[in-house]
Amino acid sequence: MAKLTIEDLKRIKEEVRSTTVLREGGFRAKINIHMGTCGIAAGARKLMSVVLKEIEEKKINDVMVTTSGCAGLCSREPMATVEILGNPPVKYCDLNEERMKEIFAQHVLKGEIVEAYALARGSETTY
Amino acid sequence: MKTYRTHLMVCAGTGCVSCGSLNLKDHLESELKNRGLSDEVKVVITGCNGFCAEGPIMVVYPEGIFYKKLTPEDVPFLVEEHFLKGRPVEKFLYTGPAVKEKVPLLKDIPFFQHQVLRALRNRGLIDAENIDEYIARDGYAALSKVLSSMTPEEVIHEVKISGLRGRGGAGFPTGLKWEEGRRYDAFPKYIICNGDEGDPGAFMDRSVLEADPHSVLEGMTIGGYALDAHQGHIYVRAEYPLAIHRLNIAIEQAKNYGLLGKDIFGSGFDFDISIYPGAGAFVCGESTALMYSLEGKRGMPRIKPPRSTEAGLWGQPTVLNNVETFANVPAILLNGGEWFASLGTGGSKGTKVFALTGTVSNVGLIEVPMGTTLRTIVYDIGGGIPEKREFKAVQIGGPSGACLPTSLLDIEVDFDSLDEAGAMMGSGGLVVMNDSTCMVDTARFFTDFSVDESCGKCVPCRVGMKVMLNILNRIVEGKGEMEDIERLKRLGQHIKETSHCGLGKTAPNPVLSTIRYFRNEYEAHIQDKQCPALVCVDLIQFRVNPEKCKMCGLCKKACPMEAITWEKKTPADINIEKCIRCRSCIQACKFGAIE
Repeated sequence: MAKLTIEDLKRIKEEVRSTTVLREGGFRAKINIHMGTCGIAAGARKLMSVVLKEIEEKKINDVMVTTSGCAGLCSREPMATVEILGNPPVKYCDLNEERMKEIFAQHVLKGEIVEAYALARGSETTY
Repeated sequence: MKTYRTHLMVCAGTGCVSCGSLNLKDHLESELKNRGLSDEVKVVITGCNGFCAEGPIMVVYPEGIFYKKLTPEDVPFLVEEHFLKGRPVEKFLYTGPAVKEKVPLLKDIPFFQHQVLRALRNRGLIDAENIDEYIARDGYAALSKVLSSMTPEEVIHEVKISGLRGRGGAGFPTGLKWEEGRRYDAFPKYIICNGDEGDPGAFMDRSVLEADPHSVLEGMTIGGYALDAHQGHIYVRAEYPLAIHRLNIAIEQAKNYGLLGKDIFGSGFDFDISIYPGAGAFVCGESTALMYSLEGKRGMPRIKPPRSTEAGLWGQPTVLNNVETFANVPAILLNGGEWFASLGTGGSKGTKVFALTGTVSNVGLIEVPMGTTLRTIVYDIGGGIPEKREFKAVQIGGPSGACLPTSLLDIEVDFDSLDEAGAMMGSGGLVVMNDSTCMVDTARFFTDFSVDESCGKCVPCRVGMKVMLNILNRIVEGKGEMEDIERLKRLGQHIKETSHCGLGKTAPNPVLSTIRYFRNEYEAHIQDKQCPALVCVDLIQFRVNPEKCKMCGLCKKACPMEAITWEKKTPADINIEKCIRCRSCIQACKFGAIE
């Protein structure tokens, strides 16, 4: 390995920090993928992969991804809840990978709720 | 760099490793793989989290959920519930000693709430064996700032402003020491990190080295630049294999990145660090003895002056600082001396790391601002005294320190207030004692330690401490005389005044402080031939209180000497002749009937 310059140091810091920042708190948005048995069976796992891929590719470091159990509306799974901190959370239902991508681009990044897939405002409590 | 949605920070400090945290990590990884979660959930091994009493510990980010006492058997359930289905598992969450409610988040647990992390700023947040994670938390940013934009004089000035004092115990101002070291024009100069942590019950330095070795390396390198030294040595106890292992990894990684070695950051400054494992003599924590030991000679202190800053290792100017001192340095240079000095008291700035042990609910490693009261440390952070017992004393500063009583619980802990109370900061061991501790016996324990560890060079320490020990032994055997108390005080004072090094100068402190604050216990031992705490075996006789005895017979079963007679429906009885006062019956009795 070649000797680091000060610029290299800054580059490593930014790169690694984007993957470790989730340990520090300070999030702007939270995406909660519902992962009850029903959600998983309906394909929630794919939503998770899409979200993680978007975050990785776009080098986003202020979005927290969590999972929760069944939201009680098993027929409308897979579901996800998006919360821009300070705003009420929004529940989306009947999702697929494309829709999740759209929600990510519109709601998570731009703050515009995608009404076409939205079910309701509000969310069950998670930690 | 791959993105994961969840990081599992598994504590791998020595405490948690000995509770099986590495095994836990393996189980977690294989279970995550089985469940197809390996791409989403990452397991990270960190240094000591601090809450050693609850180990093995795991903290889940981004939520910050704190799990305690996990076993490999818990892993399948935990992974399915939390990481697959997103339901934190309540039964592994923390509950306080007083309240029964579960506290899911680390930041809400009282143990962590009152702490301010500076020296331990990266604890539990980085993989100690991965330099990139240290860099991500502003690691080596201070070094790059120093080498690219500051003169050595400016560095020293900043450290002086910060008011940082040596964290090894004596509290010498670090900036002043560096300035001294810079003044001498003899080369080469050396910089030494003292990791010879020898106080019973102390594990601060070990934890810093295990959790964040790079912070020490960076602090030393900055020190090297300030002094114009190009070689650093870390003297660390050989009993700290994990610390040595992680230091070796850290040095290797820093060298690979060119953060140690020639021409660091293209600045023309060269610096290297080597590790020297010490064999574990207590006296080698004394700076001059440590340097002799480093040179391969017998570890014995020498007369000062000349100070080490003038003629230290190999007779060259040498600056020696403690592990925690160096760990504070990068943060000071990065954030400024004023920032550091904004916390603390008049004469003691910043924070101090303590190893909180003894009869306290939350045993662990803590960092609090200077000036925090003992009460906050023992009750708010430590969670108070378990098993409904009473607080009696806190032993601070190890064999050089003192036992402080209840009346001093509101003392603001800093270098000067402790000195006034006849104690000293020491390296930061804090042993809490409850009412079942005998203070005379405690004093005897530390005196015995000092006798063992005396290097034997000077008479006051070598002979004087032995005489003190003999007197103490006499007292706990019930053969003491009232004059013994004055004898101990007089002798202790002489030893303090005439001993050669800091060790002897402070060795009588445990005895003198217990006489000062717990004189009644000495008197009880000598006059009444009684040990109020029921510890000293020659002064106690056990008996069964027939009114409290429920005639269950548990004491009879527990007694290894068959000294207890008991039959159904009659109270037990102890045969004093056979009794060896092992206390097994006291522990076995559920009704407190044995007195």
